[in-house]
This record gives sequence, C-alpha cells and structure tokens, in this order.
Amino acid sequence: MQIYLPIAEIPVNIFVVLGMGLAVGFISGMFGIGGGFLMTPLLIFIGVSPAVAVASVSTHIAASSFSGAISYWRKRSVDVALALMLLGAGIIGTASGVWLFSELRSLDQLDLFIGISYVTLLSAVGGLMIYESVRAVMRARQGGPATIRRPGSHTWVHGLPFKMRFKRSKIYVSAIPVWVIGYVIGFVGAIMGIGGGFILVPMLIYFLRVPTATVIGTSMILTLVTMASATVMHAVTNHQVDAVLALILMVGGVIGAQFGVRTGQQMRSERLRLLLGILVLAVGMRFAYELVVQPYEIFSIRDLRSE
Amino acid sequence: MRAIIRVLLIGVIAGGASAPATAEQLVVSLSNHRVAITSNFAGENLVLFGTIEADPGKTLRRTGYDLVITVAGPRLNLRTRRKERVLGIWVNVDSREFIQVPSYLAVLSNRPVAEIANQDVRRRLQVGLQNFLLPQQIGPDIADTTADDPFRLAFIRLQREHRLYLESPTAVTYLTPTVFRAGIPLPAEVPTGNYILDVKLFADGAMVGRTNTAMEVIKAGVEQYVAEAARDHGLLYGLGTTMMALLTGWFASAVFRRD
Repeated sequence: MQIYLPIAEIPVNIFVVLGMGLAVGFISGMFGIGGGFLMTPLLIFIGVSPAVAVASVSTHIAASSFSGAISYWRKRSVDVALALMLLGAGIIGTASGVWLFSELRSLDQLDLFIGISYVTLLSAVGGLMIYESVRAVMRARQGGPATIRRPGSHTWVHGLPFKMRFKRSKIYVSAIPVWVIGYVIGFVGAIMGIGGGFILVPMLIYFLRVPTATVIGTSMILTLVTMASATVMHAVTNHQVDAVLALILMVGGVIGAQFGVRTGQQMRSERLRLLLGILVLAVGMRFAYELVVQPYEIFSIRDLRSE
Repeated sequence: MRAIIRVLLIGVIAGGASAPATAEQLVVSLSNHRVAITSNFAGENLVLFGTIEADPGKTLRRTGYDLVITVAGPRLNLRTRRKERVLGIWVNVDSREFIQVPSYLAVLSNRPVAEIANQDVRRRLQVGLQNFLLPQQIGPDIADTTADDPFRLAFIRLQREHRLYLESPTAVTYLTPTVFRAGIPLPAEVPTGNYILDVKLFADGAMVGRTNTAMEVIKAGVEQYVAEAARDHGLLYGLGTTMMALLTGWFASAVFRRD
C-alpha cells in the first residue's frame, strides 16, 4: 500500500516503512540505543532526502526512547541525577556541533565529513566493544567473573577532583568525565544526526563504571531529551520534519522497542555488547565501503532549496 | 576554462522565435488543469487534446503536420556535483549550479524530433531535451553550455533516471489528420507548482503554429495541511510532532505493560 509523504514528497510503501520501524525499534530497545545510525541510512536508501531523513528520524527516536524510558523507569533503572548532569553538558555540545555543521555545509564538504565521522567513530566503538566483550566471554568460559567490577579497581578517571555520588548507580566519580562525555555526545549527535546512545552506553560502562542495571535506562532519558529538542529545532529551522513518515516509523518503532527491551534483559550483558559491537562495526564498514569503492554514478544532483 | 560555444542569456530567448504568419491555428485542452496530490498519489497520466484548425478563408494540408509538446515544471536551482578519488576516498571535487531550470521537463512528439526539424531550428526553438536551455552559473554569467558538456549530460541523465525529464517520440498520436492527443506521464515524485505546456506545430521542418497552456500540481487534503503547517508554523508543528511522538511512546508502553 503506497502512501504519499507530504514533506519528503515521495510515495512509499507503508508496510516497508513500518517494517523498518519495527526492526530498528527492536534493536533500539534491546541495546538501549536510539537506532538513528541505522534508520537514517535506511531512509536515504528508499529515496528520502537526507535532510528529511535526519529530521524525521529524530522524531521517531524520541517516541521509541520515551516508550523504552518508561519501561526502565518502572523498573527503577534510571539514574536521574546522572542523566541531568550529562544533559547539562550535552546541550553545550549540541550547540557547538550545530555551529560546526553549518560551517562545513558552507564549504560543501559536509557529506564527506559525515561519512568519515561515521567510519571512524563506528569502527572504533564497534571494534573496542567486540574486543572487550570477546574477552569477557572468554573469561566467563574459563569460570571467572564475566565483568570485572572490583571495588578497588580504580582508573585515572577515578582520581579526578569534584567527586559526586550517584546513588542509583552506586558510583562515586568526578563530575569532569561526566561533563566531558555529555559534551562529546551532544557534539557528535548534532554533527551526525544521531542520538549517540551507542557511544554513550559503552562510555558510561568503561569510563564511569555505571552498572548495566542503570546504564541503558539513563542513556534512554538522554536520547529522549536530545531527540525531542532536535525535532523542534529541525521543524523551526529547516521545516524538514515529515510528521507522516515519523508517525509510521514510530508506530513500528515503539512496538519493536517493547519486544527488544524484553529480549535484551534476558541476554547476558557481555553477549549483548558483543552483538551491538558487531552491528556498529558493520555499519561503519558499510560507510567505509561507500567512501572507498568507485561509485556507480560519480555525478549527483542537490536541490538548493533545502538550504 | 570551459568551452562555451553559445552564450545565451536567459530572457533573450524567452521572447525569441516569434511564430511566422501561418494558416494554422492550434486549439488545445488538458484533461485536468489541477493535479491534486493526496495521500494515495502514485503518479498520474494527463491527456492533452488538440485540433489543428485553418484560419478563415484558408485550407489545411491533408497530412504532414508534426507536433512537439514541451511540458516544463516549476523552476529551481539545482547543483550537479562530480566525485573524484582523492587519497583513496571518493569526494565531491567539482560542481555546477543550474540556475532556474525546470524541475520537470517532458518533450512529447509524434516522431523523433530530429526528423521533425533540422538542428538549427531545433536549437532556436528549444525542441528536444538536448536543445532545451539549461543555464548554468559560469563565473559571473548565467549561460548554457554546449550540448556535450559533461555536467549538462550528467544532469539530464540523472533527471531522466528519476523520470523527471523525458523525451517521448510516440506520446503524440493523431486521432484524425487534424485532431491529436498526447499523454503526459507525471511520476509520483512530481514537483508541486506551475507547469507550462508549450505546443508547437511543424510542417516541412518549419514551425507553423504555436500555443501554450498551463496547469498546476498541488498538495491537497491531509498532505496540504501537513505541508502548510510545517512551512508556516514551524514551532507549533515541531512541538505538535514531538507531543505525537511522546503520546505514541507512552501509549505503546501502556498497551504492552505486563507487570
């Protein structure tokens, strides 16, 4: 069944879009990520313009992360204090990201920069996650504890000043790394048009030692606020949010996310991290392939109205 | 520096090529002057009907009329970019801006335009995609380049792939020697706005009659409502969309709640 999208100005098959929403929603609920790094390329693939895709995906992610956040909230696995600290820095990061975004756009090299950012970030994060979780799985095989969370194992991060206690997560860390992480997520999110959950979750685990019980719920709150404000900003500045497209995506997305959350909770965390690592690395490789391999068509047309 | 054989400024050609005094008059009518895009829009085929009539006191030839109908959609600026390999990565290195070119362009005729008139006439009257004026920004000037300019060729090729530009030598058919119909295929991605249909009548390689008509493609119903809200009330639209997202999220978690 075809439906015409009013802002994207193309007809799409409603079941294809719904299915994409379901699949990405499932993944997002399972790993506690927004899934923007998967959905945006998928939409561009079916013919939606990149500007509309990025803007409408933020709406879709707001919906699915809200649905996920409620589930985690009920299970008391959201660290509100930590989320608020991250958000404060995240807003500053977003502002500087938006500034760099418009600078690069005027140089006409935005696509290249986004492509390289995707490759670098996704390959690095994905590679590290695979490496770490494979080691964790091996340790578990040998009968040791799967994750090292010894009370005494402090890294240099724990030596920094301005320490704060986050009760829900049972951690006592410096505010500096929390702000740095929040800033980086906000910055990267604005540049790449993603919520940044797939970077935030490993960062919180590795640098701050946030327990798996609260990390996903907290990350979802952050994603929710960033993506909801991104929707409003995109709607005000470039009028590229397609409400019809977003609605179809989010209906699929929220249903998928509910099943994803349950599946995710039944899985062991190192397995979960290994799967997410493979997924992230695969998307990174896909972008690398596009940059390196000779394209079928070296010419492209850009509509100058959308600027 | 690019070789520019013909530097034709816009505007100069707009009023050019006045039709010679002829015995023929064209009367045309479109099946639909207003194409409404609704939520189930998947493209549409318009039909243009027309007759060739004699001026008072003159007679028509029996056969040998050729028709070329050029449908031009709303004009926009489009940038064509070319990639090249730099340090192992494919990067956009070069681009040309096409200034105020039709977003949709169809050249419909009863036989290939090359058989209808010679190249000079075709170029002067902009008959065929190859001869249609597609001005580019070239330094301070806005001008069309040669027909074999790689950016121009790539632009037309890409637009044809999207079915936004097309050339059909069979779209015009004669019902009688002086009554014709032409099918105008509008793809689902058809741009909204005003369309000009330029109908040219040829006999023995020369233009003997010309008329034009217009139509518009508009969004209607829900499509129109959403598009207008997004354009005119960005903040409200954004807040509304976000509320819709939150409600959907809340609704889903309420429905699927197990505990």
